[in-house]
Amino acid sequence: MISYQIKTNPTVYDAIVVGSGAGGGMAGYVLANAGLNVLMLEAGPFFDPAKDAMQLRWPWESPRRGASTVRPFGDFDAAYGGWELDGEPYTHAAGTSFDWFRARMLGGRTNHWGRISLRMGPDDFQPTDGVTEPWPITYDEIKPYYDRIDRMIGIYGTVEGIRNEPDGIFLKPPKPRLNELYIKQGAKKAGVPVIAGRGAVLTEALPGVDGRGTCFYCGQCGRACRVYGDFSSSSCLVIPAMKTGNLTVIDNAMVREVLTDEEGQATGVSYVDTRDLQEHAVRGKLVVLGASACESARLMLNSKSAAHPGGLGNSSGLVGRYLHDSTGASAGGFLPQLLDRKRYNEDGVGSVHIYSPWWGDNKKLSFPRGYHIEYGGGLHMPSYGFLDWVPGVNHLVPTKDGAQREQGGYGAALKDDYRRFYGANVGMAGRGTALARYDNYCEIDPTRVDKYGIPVLRFHYKWANEEVEQAKHMQETFREILHEMGAIVTSPFPGPETSYGLEAPGKIIHEGGTTRMGNDPKKSVLNKWGQSHDCKNVFVVDAGPFVQQGDKNLTWTILALSMRTAEYILEQRNKLNIG
Amino acid sequence: MNRRDTLKALGLAAATGGALMLGSCNRGTTKNGAAHAGRQQLPGVTDVEHERNTKLAEMQFFSAHELATIGVLADIIIPADDVSGSATDAGVPDFIEFMVKDIPSYRTPMRGGLKWLDVQCQRRYGNVFAECEPDQQLQLVDEIAYPAKAKPEMAQGVAFFDLMRNLTASGFFTSEIGVKDIGYTGNKPGVWDGVPPDVLETYGFESAWG
Repeated sequence: MISYQIKTNPTVYDAIVVGSGAGGGMAGYVLANAGLNVLMLEAGPFFDPAKDAMQLRWPWESPRRGASTVRPFGDFDAAYGGWELDGEPYTHAAGTSFDWFRARMLGGRTNHWGRISLRMGPDDFQPTDGVTEPWPITYDEIKPYYDRIDRMIGIYGTVEGIRNEPDGIFLKPPKPRLNELYIKQGAKKAGVPVIAGRGAVLTEALPGVDGRGTCFYCGQCGRACRVYGDFSSSSCLVIPAMKTGNLTVIDNAMVREVLTDEEGQATGVSYVDTRDLQEHAVRGKLVVLGASACESARLMLNSKSAAHPGGLGNSSGLVGRYLHDSTGASAGGFLPQLLDRKRYNEDGVGSVHIYSPWWGDNKKLSFPRGYHIEYGGGLHMPSYGFLDWVPGVNHLVPTKDGAQREQGGYGAALKDDYRRFYGANVGMAGRGTALARYDNYCEIDPTRVDKYGIPVLRFHYKWANEEVEQAKHMQETFREILHEMGAIVTSPFPGPETSYGLEAPGKIIHEGGTTRMGNDPKKSVLNKWGQSHDCKNVFVVDAGPFVQQGDKNLTWTILALSMRTAEYILEQRNKLNIG
Repeated sequence: MNRRDTLKALGLAAATGGALMLGSCNRGTTKNGAAHAGRQQLPGVTDVEHERNTKLAEMQFFSAHELATIGVLADIIIPADDVSGSATDAGVPDFIEFMVKDIPSYRTPMRGGLKWLDVQCQRRYGNVFAECEPDQQLQLVDEIAYPAKAKPEMAQGVAFFDLMRNLTASGFFTSEIGVKDIGYTGNKPGVWDGVPPDVLETYGFESAWG
């Protein structure tokens, strides 16, 4: 029986953490391990990779053979969610675009991410080109936290000594696949460096860490790992934190707003149970938001009170501003020398085996900053659509007998073409710095609510010339590498009419910047500890605090910053400054 | 945890020798996996997803005649050979039936394409495609299977055949028969130590790091 009264939990928690992804998970872990009584609220269901992962399933165990009809990355992908959620819309200002990926589940998007774990470098925190504002912190201040994350969670890679691509404490990296050896060769000729990948996968046992298995090379990190061989917030942070007895997790709890007292201090949060729609209120001495950059901004903007008329912690008017994703563009082809290749198991790890860190000299380029390149291809597990490219290219090379083939076809010859081309494909994708701009932002749509009655976000996001020029450079580089490695390029060169294949904002799922940190309360939402300037017992630990991300996937930095914020909370509690 | 413990945690046998298989995988239980996939709710599949799968499986989109035509076409695209069976051996028509329900934008191109094919055949041979002689069927397929040399008036047929060919290849090579045929040997616990030495040698690479 649903009560239309708001149910108020009598417990006053030491801390309430909203969200269970990388940021929320790390904050919950640190605080619970320090003995605080912590409540974590997650909008989606509980998820334990040990039981719920689709790892080692065969394609025929999905009626759609892994097609992406239901889950954007296919039936076996671990993320419950996508760019569109039933009953949870978002809108756009005319002429702008943003695709907002949300995973509603314990661990959030860490369940299915690529495990690519790059540190931001000194120049990412303190840019030397003056194009974007500096962070209020330096790489040297964050380095100890990165080091501790490396030791605690595990990352493979190689020490390279590249200034703005800082090395970590690495486990052994997986060796390249066959197509990746050709990529290395071709990239070298094209003047593009290729180094071992850096991924949050246990390629060997991690000293001092119990309860996690080592990688057994199925290449399926994106499906979540049943032996906890990779990093997911669920497996590495939240579930271990629950074992301390200090962390309570309430799942299917969609937070509506942060509750405040007359002085504007947070007193707790209200949430709706997504299954029975019962309204709840829980009380806490402090609130840590890790709901994702846009979701945390939405929550702050929806938490209006006399003390916070423009939304919680929004006296600067900057909550939602400076939203930025990564840029992304891709190209592909196949390697004629790999036709009819010998079969063997090259699943490897589910993160990248190799990548190209940014190498360019911006003085000679038409855009600031840069991008890294991720590579793909090979003898992967069959899934829906994996051979669709073959009938379109089978005429580009002579048959085994040296005869000319017509494009397309059918029958025994085509069946053999599928076998012949399988594993000869190669692809590459750039992930680059998109500039954080005041004019790219999300705000509350004044007219729309979701199915829980919560006002939704309206996005304003446009790419500018800097991002478009970067995408053009990516496409030119990809073609050069493909050419130098002897590949036949099968993706058309996208022209200016498509911004050179630049993906729409949000598509790379690296959004951040919406609650930027800074020393000046007029120019930032949070201080350099991730603490609200306006409301001292509210903290943000997702990618919202990022002033400007580099071309480095965000997760490792979210983890480092969240650990730092959580320890700052402990320190401030000891000094009796908060909670 | 070392690798041995890892495999134990997975509920797998010792890593040395023998096929390693998850107990819950139903490999080898049916010839035609497509008929059964989705009936049982696997761990990790949400209730909403399972309901959707079940509802789609219970719907019937194609008529018996359409399914028969799909079967003939699928086996023309992927016939049995000395390596493996045909598309229908691998349950491709059932898979296509599911996919057009799953992806509604396929419905009209598939239904209309099949009708287009029948109308063409009726005009030429006085019979629907499935009832035509094999050489008549191939004669028509030849006119729509090669996009670069197809006549402009056959463009609709080319588009239909392209979709049909992709669905057939997807259905076949993701079935148990097809995965075995294409020689995918992964999806099991193992150790990746780089490209095997004989392969490195074949392609002239000096070491596993190139």
